[in-house]
Amino acid sequence: MGSSERATFNNKVVSWIDERLPVFTLMQKEYGVFPTPRNFNYFWNFGAIAMFMLIAMIATGIFLAMNYTAHVDMAFDSVERIDRDVNWGWLLRDIHMNGASFFFIAVYIHIFRGLYYGSYKKPREILWILGVVIFLLMMATAFMGYVLPWGQMSYWGATVITNLFSAIPLVGDGIVKWLWGGFAVDNPTLNRFFALHYLLPFVIFAVVFLHVWALHVSGSNNPTGIEPKGKQDTLPFHPYYTMKDTFGLLVYLVIFCAFVFYAPDYLGHPDNYREANALVTPAHIVPEWYFLPFYAMLRAITFDVGIPGTDIVFISAKLGGVIAMFGSIALLFVLPWLDTHPIRSARYRPQFRLFLMIFLAAFVVLGYVGSQPADAALAGVPLQVIGLLGTAYYYAFFLVVLPWLNKTEKGKDVPKSIYDAVMAAEGKKK
Amino acid sequence: MTMKRFALSLAAAAVLAPAAAAIAKEAHDVPPPHMHWHFSGMFGTYDKAALQRGYKVYREVCASCHSMKQMSFRNLEGLGYDESQIKAIAAEYTVEDGPNDEGDMFERPGRPSDRFPAPFANAKAAAFANNGAAPPDLSLIVKARHHGPDYVYGILTGYEEPPADAHLQPGQNWNKYMPGHVIAMAKPLSDGQVAYEDESPATVDQYARDVVQFLTWAGDPYMETRKRTGAKAIMFLLVFAGIMYAVKRKIWASVH
Amino acid sequence: MTAGSKSQAGIVTGQVGHSADDGATRRDFLFLTAGSFGAVGAGIAAWPLVHSMNPAKDTLALSTTEVDISKIEKGQSITVMWQGKPVFVRHRTEDEIDQARKVDLSALGDKQEDTARVKKDREAWLVVVGICTHLGCVPVGQKPSESRGDFGGWFCPCHGSHYDTSGRIRKGPAPKNLAVPPYEFLSDTLIKIG
Repeated sequence: MGSSERATFNNKVVSWIDERLPVFTLMQKEYGVFPTPRNFNYFWNFGAIAMFMLIAMIATGIFLAMNYTAHVDMAFDSVERIDRDVNWGWLLRDIHMNGASFFFIAVYIHIFRGLYYGSYKKPREILWILGVVIFLLMMATAFMGYVLPWGQMSYWGATVITNLFSAIPLVGDGIVKWLWGGFAVDNPTLNRFFALHYLLPFVIFAVVFLHVWALHVSGSNNPTGIEPKGKQDTLPFHPYYTMKDTFGLLVYLVIFCAFVFYAPDYLGHPDNYREANALVTPAHIVPEWYFLPFYAMLRAITFDVGIPGTDIVFISAKLGGVIAMFGSIALLFVLPWLDTHPIRSARYRPQFRLFLMIFLAAFVVLGYVGSQPADAALAGVPLQVIGLLGTAYYYAFFLVVLPWLNKTEKGKDVPKSIYDAVMAAEGKKK
Repeated sequence: MTMKRFALSLAAAAVLAPAAAAIAKEAHDVPPPHMHWHFSGMFGTYDKAALQRGYKVYREVCASCHSMKQMSFRNLEGLGYDESQIKAIAAEYTVEDGPNDEGDMFERPGRPSDRFPAPFANAKAAAFANNGAAPPDLSLIVKARHHGPDYVYGILTGYEEPPADAHLQPGQNWNKYMPGHVIAMAKPLSDGQVAYEDESPATVDQYARDVVQFLTWAGDPYMETRKRTGAKAIMFLLVFAGIMYAVKRKIWASVH
Repeated sequence: MTAGSKSQAGIVTGQVGHSADDGATRRDFLFLTAGSFGAVGAGIAAWPLVHSMNPAKDTLALSTTEVDISKIEKGQSITVMWQGKPVFVRHRTEDEIDQARKVDLSALGDKQEDTARVKKDREAWLVVVGICTHLGCVPVGQKPSESRGDFGGWFCPCHGSHYDTSGRIRKGPAPKNLAVPPYEFLSDTLIKIG
């Protein structure tokens, strides 16, 4: 890390430290004068917001862990004790449980922005892949965190999701027992989930570091999708974007606080205020909202794949669902090689934009399907069918639409430079 | 920008989806009456007199079957009782303590730090004494049900004669608002059952309202603090955001 | 909640100067206000985290212990737990009280009158925290079978500190007398420690 050229500092202490450990030079280079496209819109706030949420989750989580007891007989009551007796415990827990949702909201918007403006394309493939890794780690962390209060949804969610692995041929049952450390979700499971729930955020933090490192190698994408060509296209990160990010973050926090203080349980499920009971399954098991679209894909596959008219089955419905769900994330990893269209931004690709918006709609519909009982219907159409259609479109978008657009979409004229685009927009306003 | 429109519809969908889900979920059953509660809304608070009446109903009626294991007598401070009143209430109960120096468990009068005593020794005893259906703990009952306050009020006031075509087993009862209508709990409240010390009517409706308020408080004792803190936090953030908006504009003024 | 913004706002106050003459003071004031809000916000947000480590309400509810002393015969002691620590309650005989009173203060390492260690008119009752002031062991002498040391009080087996019938250190490495916890008599037979 650049020890070659150091910045100069007026403050003697700063300068003394920097000569020995150039952290200030690093900060100055990466966050001070770092050349950043001048035309970011507010969608570019969500990286910083997600970073803030990660830190808030770690901070509240550490203090919650000090008061939490990872034992099946005591976990539920220890969470209640945090709510009732620990000083400000209710606040820490409300921030932590709603923080998970708001972390995901920020990250979903961040991902969508990447999709919309083609931020995954060359030379940002590794940046994108690291982001998908963060997303996966977040899902694992959130899932295990949801188990810790040891309510009914904790227990049955854990049971259902760990049972997914039993779909793997031959070794599936062994893997599930290994995950549980027993013959059902029980105390060993709770203990290891707690250990991992504490560990993974720091792993996320490390991957975020790599993600930001990769970002600072390629530089940020921007709404035009054109690379900056000179000084007139960029601004120093500080103060322009530090101040803009802070403003955006504060607005986000207002919405966050509305949930934390006025509707702390809105995003949760009432069943999780019933203590886990291995003998009573809730009428309708639903994961947290941020998993719903993936849950819908899991349930969408209700048929075996095999040779029709015989008993030969290659992929059982159960395994099919698991493949559909995990495959949907696997597709994100290879996205940079599925969409190789030379124009990045959806601004100049109307056809891509249309299909991407349908994709977004399909994702939201899948979320709705995932929230409903398996046998429900919407306007007479069984949700099973809608879920299958949504899943089909999700896959088709990546595997059919994108490669097809690579060949056929011409796109609109792209401005010569970021500066030109900005000036054209300014001109229109006046 | 089109992005803005998309963002708005996305946000709308995100807010509406769970609400739509909740509606669909309860479509088969009669939804409980939608009540106005003293504690609902941004500025809602608990009505202390109602809390005290509700606690009386709980003690004299519900507590014979339902535990409230998260609650301690000291928590009654939230109902407006002072230290000596709480001591007196706690002392009315006998709690098991021990073991003493001889290794025996012994009984002593309750103290403020003691939990509410449970009516049954454990869940199995509770189930055995109640035809196999253990009465649920009430500490979190309001939080543990969709539309908790309305739900509990509905159950308490929803007992009816079963329709002619209903086949109830012995020990089963008919309740309009119970999902599936069949409920193990017999009608718990009747007019005049609990003698109120104030002027409030001694009716099932009033009992149900008061006990709902008490149970809501029990599940969420810091609601008032939470809302007050929230108002301060949001005010602070709004002002700070305003200042940052001004800062951002100042800084960007030279660019635009 | 605003920890992230603090450092950023802090930097800007020093650095931004678009050398426009008019409005420079107003701008500085704005930046300073923003920085202060960031700092104050971060401080306020940190407090719940810090305060969550202080004793919780259920812990505080057990911070006092009421002891029924009606069954303690003269010459006997009982041990009760208070805030997780053993407290010795001894019903002293007249001899023991005399012994404690007779001692010349100059013979003591930690000079304290017996009258300062008991409640007025309740001289028979000595209440001390049963933790040796040397290195925190629990002294013996509560049970008739145990040694009460050379001065009839308590004896710490860890490093041989001897306490007298007022709980004062008389011999051995302990620097201070056994601590007297805050307590009060609620009635003739009931004391409240804490």
